[in-house]
Formats: sequence, structure tokens, C-alpha cells
Amino acid sequence: MARRVLLDFEKPLVELEEQIEQIRQLARDSEVDVSQQLLQLETLATRRREEIFNSLSPAQKIQVARHPQRPSTLDYIQVITDEWIELHGDRRGNDDRALVGGVGRIGDQAVVLLGHQKGRDMKENVARNFGMASPGGYRKAMRLMDHADRFRLPILSFIDTPGAYAGVKAEEEGQGEAIAVNLREMFRLRVPIIAVVIGEGGSGGALGIGVADRLLMFEHSVYTVASPEACASILWRDAAKAPAAAEALRITAADLLQLGLVDALLKEPSGGNHWAPMQAAETLRAALLGQLAELQTCSESALLEARYAKFRRMGQVLEGAATDPAFAP
Amino acid sequence: MSLFDWFADRRKNAPAVRASKGPEADEGDGLWSKCAECGLVVYRKDLIANASVCKGCGHHHRIDSSERIRLIADEGSFEPIDADLAPTDPLAFKDRRSYADRLRDTQRATGLRDAVVTGLCRLEGMPLALGVMDFRFMGGSMGSVVGEKLTRLVELATARRYPLLIVCASGGARMQEGMLSLMQMAKVSGALQRHRSAELLYLPLLTHPTTGGVTASFAMLGDLILAEPKAMIAFAGRRVIEQTLGEKLPDGFQTAEYLQDHGFVDTIVSRPELRGTLATLLRLHGSVRTPLSVAP
Ligand SMILES: [Zn+2]
Repeated sequence: MARRVLLDFEKPLVELEEQIEQIRQLARDSEVDVSQQLLQLETLATRRREEIFNSLSPAQKIQVARHPQRPSTLDYIQVITDEWIELHGDRRGNDDRALVGGVGRIGDQAVVLLGHQKGRDMKENVARNFGMASPGGYRKAMRLMDHADRFRLPILSFIDTPGAYAGVKAEEEGQGEAIAVNLREMFRLRVPIIAVVIGEGGSGGALGIGVADRLLMFEHSVYTVASPEACASILWRDAAKAPAAAEALRITAADLLQLGLVDALLKEPSGGNHWAPMQAAETLRAALLGQLAELQTCSESALLEARYAKFRRMGQVLEGAATDPAFAP
Repeated sequence: MSLFDWFADRRKNAPAVRASKGPEADEGDGLWSKCAECGLVVYRKDLIANASVCKGCGHHHRIDSSERIRLIADEGSFEPIDADLAPTDPLAFKDRRSYADRLRDTQRATGLRDAVVTGLCRLEGMPLALGVMDFRFMGGSMGSVVGEKLTRLVELATARRYPLLIVCASGGARMQEGMLSLMQMAKVSGALQRHRSAELLYLPLLTHPTTGGVTASFAMLGDLILAEPKAMIAFAGRRVIEQTLGEKLPDGFQTAEYLQDHGFVDTIVSRPELRGTLATLLRLHGSVRTPLSVAP
């Protein structure tokens, strides 16, 4: 396995790991019993990791969410499904590799699965456009979701994108229109929809496959209205203020749970999902099966009504505001 | 982000925000107005009489929501709804200034509570649900109030079986309300889905500029999509595309004409012809739809 990419705040752990490695080496080279010391150091390392990951700042969570070895949509799909066939194309001349999808089975349940797909390395990232979907990607997603509606297959949607692709071609092909149509049509689908932010939820590009009956978020994933970098450039006029923007925008799973925009937070292994991908996948699978079972007790009309009501409640306004002198006729 | 462009623009032309004085003008003492495009100087009242369109070059000056309503609705027919809805500061957001301060100042300067005015009116006697975004209010950005007022408007239109017109002018989502802003895109789109399945007519009018989250939601969901000449209509900002991606922009990129050429705008309507065009479209589609017949 490739060497793990270390984030700057993980550096204190490196020293401990090196010590552990040295003692193991010692044990191999001699007859000395080091099990006691090893256990102590390993316990200490685990505790440190937990401490660090329990108090990540929003800016640090972004680093975890963007970690190149964080499990991706296809990683999860391969682990959580018992059968799976990837399907390609928007039937309009494109197959966007930044947004993947297909049909599969999870437990006893046949489903449609789709999600943004980032690359593992530079070469794959170029092919996947860093998980930034084009209009064709959103139209492929819509085609698959319509298919799901026709055959009454629940939809599992995985969100992991810095944002929808913003290039000349994307504008020409109607990026705004492609996302807008998905937002509208997802309210029409008669099947349960569960969306999970597995990494980065970047603005409209995330929401374009994110209108769901249940929105789940992994503990260290983030969901933003605008990237903290862009927000800092605009509002602070200084891109270096991105950490402050990340703080102010309330982008973490815990914040969004509190704001009532997210339904459940999925616990990550200590050290983040890339530290124990199989454990992360098991958490995801269990959560999806649980939510599916709940949603499948709803009638189609109740499901549609509840989905509408869920989004209808979002937002915070002041009703019947006292007349301010500024508004006097 | 397209808001980049708006902020950059605003800095360049500061002070660009003038409170309730009709069309923008970069010179003049209120009596006269000079066109920023061609330099033609005209009496301000003549400019307003021509729907704030320059007689010299056809430039469509930016107009505020009350001017827009005056141009669309039969005189005295506009009845505002939810005029009392006001923004809160759900995240206690503070950048270089606090959101609460920005809101208060903008409300004072514009006399508006937030960036959209909604209501019911008549157009040549035909009923119409009308929403008008006002770019003066924080760049027409969409936060909770814009989303909520538009959603209620669409729901009212659906209940009364009225056609719907939303005049768009927006820099996108309002960052100061974080994810609550983003979710307004879904909320309004959900209401439009119901209006649409009731087989009612929805016409967005895209005016300069319509960008970001508004473009990626209700601006692009019209049965028919209208736009004003030369209006900038975009998902992503030009600067992002040019600088971040280093792509060269084609001529006329992201203008109404460019979108029409690429199939995303049905028709470009100059402002003096707007009322007539809208009336024709309402008549052609039946101004009040009878209830759907129940399938046997
Ligand atoms: Zn002119």
C-alpha cells in the first residue's frame, strides 16, 4: 500500500509511530520482551489520535475531507454492495467520469447508486476532473434517477465534490440548467432517496444530487455554500482568510445537524475514514440499511409529502417584523 | 464564484448603490443622466419614460424592483405579499463587518427588507403572480428570505392556478447565511415542481446579472425562459474561468444572446416590449388555467 499522506496536524503522531516501529525492530532483533512498552506506546498513540481528531477545526476537517486516500464513491460501492454494475452516459453524447452511477444490491434491496468520483492520483484525477461534474454528469445522474423511479429502486447518492465544473464548455452546455432540473425533478421521484456527504459537499454541484429524504454526513466531511477560499476572497478580500471563512460558514456535520439541515452524523474511525476504510464502509452500509428500512414503510405519497416538507422548513426568517423607521411609508 | 465579479464591479464603480433614485447614472445631478455605454446625456425623466433604456445605444440601465413592477403590472394592481418577512442572522456571521450591520445599512439605503419583492398583480387584466429580485440589496443574493418569499409566491400561484413570473437579478447564494442559503435553491425548485405538475405557466425573466445559485435553480426552470438584451447570465463567474482555469473566453460569453445561441434562452425581449410580450404569452397559454380534469 502506498505510504499514507500525512496532514500537518497529524505530525505529532508520526514521532510516536516511529518509536513504536523502533521498538518492534528491537524485539525482532533481540529476545527482549517489549510487549509492555509497545502496549503503552500504542495506547498513547491511539489516545493522541483520538484527541486530535475529536477537536479538529473546520479548516482541518476540510483537509481530512479532501484527503487523497479518503474512500471515494466507487470504493464504498464496491464494499457495501453484494452485486453492482456501473452504467454509463447521459444519452446526449457524454459520459462524465466525475459522476458515476449504476445498479446494484445492498442486502436484499436492489438500488440505484450514484455519486461524484474523485481520482486517487494525478492521472486518475485528470480523467475524473477532480470530482467536478459537468452538465453531462448531472444529466446522467438524472437519467439514472428516472430509471430508479420507473423500476421503484431506492436511490443512494454519494456527495464528494469541490463543486460543479466551471469551465467554458460547462457553461455552454448549461451547467446551471442541468443542476436546476435535478433539484426540481428529485422532488418528483417516488422512491426513497438517501444522500451521504462522504467527503466534500461543494455548493450547487453537491446539491445537484442531494435533494433527498435523508441527508447523512460522515463526521469529518464538510458541506459548503461556497468554498471557504472563494468566500474569503470575496468577503474578506483575502484568500488567506480561508480558515476564518471555514469557521464562519458553519460547514461541519455537527454544525449542519444543529441547523437542522442534516439528519444524522456517521461516526468515523479515529484518524478519519482513510485510516480504517473497511470500518467506514461498514458504518455506511449499516446506516443505509437502517434508513432504507425506515423509508420503505412510507407510502409513495407520504414520502413525497415528507420530502417537500423537509426542504420547506429550511431557512430562518423573521415573520411580522416590527416596523423599523426605515420602512415607514 | 460569480459574486467575485459583482464585488469587483462594485469597487470599480463605487459608489454604485443609490437609494431609490430610479436608473443608475454615473454622472448628473438627478435632472440629467449620462449613459455609461455611449455617453448620451438625456433628461432623467425621459430615460425613465423609455423604461430606462438608452435611446442612443439601447443599453438597458439597471432598474430597481419598484420600477420593474411599474413596468409590468397594470397600474395600481400590484398587491405585495409577505412584505413583513425580514432576514435574521442565523450564523452570527462576521467577516470584515458583521452581517447584522450590513443588513441594517442595506435596509436603510434601499427601503427594502431583503432582495425580493413578491405579490399578485394583473397584466392587461390577466392575473399574474410576480416576484422581482432587487440587485441593490446585497447584490440580489439569495438567503432565507428570498427563498421563503419566492416559495410562498409559487405556492400561492399553484393554489390560485395563476401563471408565474420571476424577474431574476442575483449574484447567487448569500454566503452570510451559509448552507441555509444553498438549501433555498432546492426549496424554491420543489415549489416549482408542484406548480409545473399542476400544468401552470412559469416564466423567468433573466436580467443583468443572473448568476450562481439562482442560475442553477429557478432562473433555468421556466417553461419558457426570457432574457433582457446583453444581460450577463452565468453559472460560474468569468474570473474563475479565466484565471483559475486559464481558459480563453469566447466573444459575448455568458450574455443573453450567447445563451440563446446555445439553446438556454427562448427569447430576448427588450424592456419597452416586455409588457406586450408577456401579455401575448399569457393570452396564448390561457391566463387562468382551469383545474386538471381527473383521469378516469
Ligand atoms: Zn447609451
